[in-house]
Amino acid sequence: MPQVVLRVAKPFMNIGRFTILMSSAFMSLRELKTYRQNTQIQMVRIGIESIPIVALAAAFSGAVTTVQTAYQLVSPLIPPKIIGAVVVPSLTMELGAVVTGFILSGRVGARIAAELGTMRVTEQIDALEAMGLNSIGYLIVPRVLAGILMVPVLYVAACVIGVLGGVAAAELTGAVSSPEFILGAREHFDIFGPYFGLIKSFVFGFLITAVSCHIGYFTEGGADGVGRSTTRAAVMSCVLILIADLVLAILLL
Amino acid sequence: MIRVENVYKSFAGRPVLQDVSLTIHESSTQAIIGRSGSGKSVLMKHIIGLLQPDQGRVLVNHTDIGKISYGELRKIRRQFGVLFQGGALFDSMDSFENVAFPLRTFTTKTDQEIRQEVQTCLDLVQLSNVGSKSTSALSGGMRKRVALARAIALRPRYIIYDEPTSGLDPETSNTINELIKNLAHHLEITSIVVTHDMHSVLQIADHVAFIHNTRMHWTGTTEELHQSTDTVLRSFVKANEYVIGAQH
Repeated sequence: MPQVVLRVAKPFMNIGRFTILMSSAFMSLRELKTYRQNTQIQMVRIGIESIPIVALAAAFSGAVTTVQTAYQLVSPLIPPKIIGAVVVPSLTMELGAVVTGFILSGRVGARIAAELGTMRVTEQIDALEAMGLNSIGYLIVPRVLAGILMVPVLYVAACVIGVLGGVAAAELTGAVSSPEFILGAREHFDIFGPYFGLIKSFVFGFLITAVSCHIGYFTEGGADGVGRSTTRAAVMSCVLILIADLVLAILLL
Repeated sequence: MIRVENVYKSFAGRPVLQDVSLTIHESSTQAIIGRSGSGKSVLMKHIIGLLQPDQGRVLVNHTDIGKISYGELRKIRRQFGVLFQGGALFDSMDSFENVAFPLRTFTTKTDQEIRQEVQTCLDLVQLSNVGSKSTSALSGGMRKRVALARAIALRPRYIIYDEPTSGLDPETSNTINELIKNLAHHLEITSIVVTHDMHSVLQIADHVAFIHNTRMHWTGTTEELHQSTDTVLRSFVKANEYVIGAQH
């Protein structure tokens, strides 16, 4: 096949391969009992171990959003409690999910691709298959499941910590008192915001883990190939988060 | 019995195996030899169904492994133990856990039984005291022996060795060769050894298959190999003797 045709066809081939991989992973759900322990391990690695960095990013996002909102809304006509009404929906509808997604693209996506890529080039995946184990069920299903289950949990944590960061920044800068901040947030609170954020985090959790698993599982070459897969997984996860963020906003808002 | 019948395989239009046929008899040690890149490892991967032939078929106990479901193929694979070239040890586990892994996954043995079984396997490969060692702390020869212990943990009917002595010094190579011979004898395993190390072949093999330029060039017993007048085979054997001589 000419090189040009191959280059044009490659993205479609990748989509096809990704679909087949995910179908195989879905079929492997029947054997989930066998991979339960591995799923728990991945839930700790993807979820619990990510809490510190997600918390740090969320706290600063909340604080910065508060400071910038206060700066933009300086007017005697606007009550300061509006700051809370702006910051909290920003966190629940957008920043909580997207900041968590970006952090996890680097932390979890790159890690998954590096792990699976190394296993591929050192024949560890072949060894699993040669033993009679379903390597997709053993390696991919636990990671994708852990992503789907734990990213929403991290999203909730990010929102709570983000709001706390916002309150702290409001108090420290004197922009608004914490009771006023909370009052504003409560008065304009819409339950759809957290639901929307949860749906996004669920989708982001799937995208980050599934795409990184796909890239890592099909790694070719040695250390260089693993390096390329790691970078690609982080970049692709970020790009897909941006696209999914827009698509979900169009579909659900 | 394993039969490879008229297998043809190509990657990106480049043939790597052409019309390759081979019969591997029960309880024998079959060596598959050839230059690097001749298609030996590709043939090995066809035998356990990690690769599917473009043409031809592979029969394991009279079952065409290209025509069965993935679930059935996995059951057949459990009759195999495979020693990969680099060992392919799971680096997220220590040596003990690597050997215990197939036992934990495929048997209902208790922890105590698994501990005993792992110790027996490690004793068989003469590595009684490495259980708690991380795989990264092992030397090349030790890694291969731990991988061998893992490969025999489920007492397979067939065991495949992919370049078992590559990258090892002559003394460690001899130890591995002795182990292969002993395991074949004690456990009555059918062994398939993919190698280009003639010293190893002469020490352990009953039957030899020589792949040259992606085709099965010669098959016969080790005795027949000594008497063969085939110029390509003689040239390959001679080149190996020269390398072995230089190593010693």
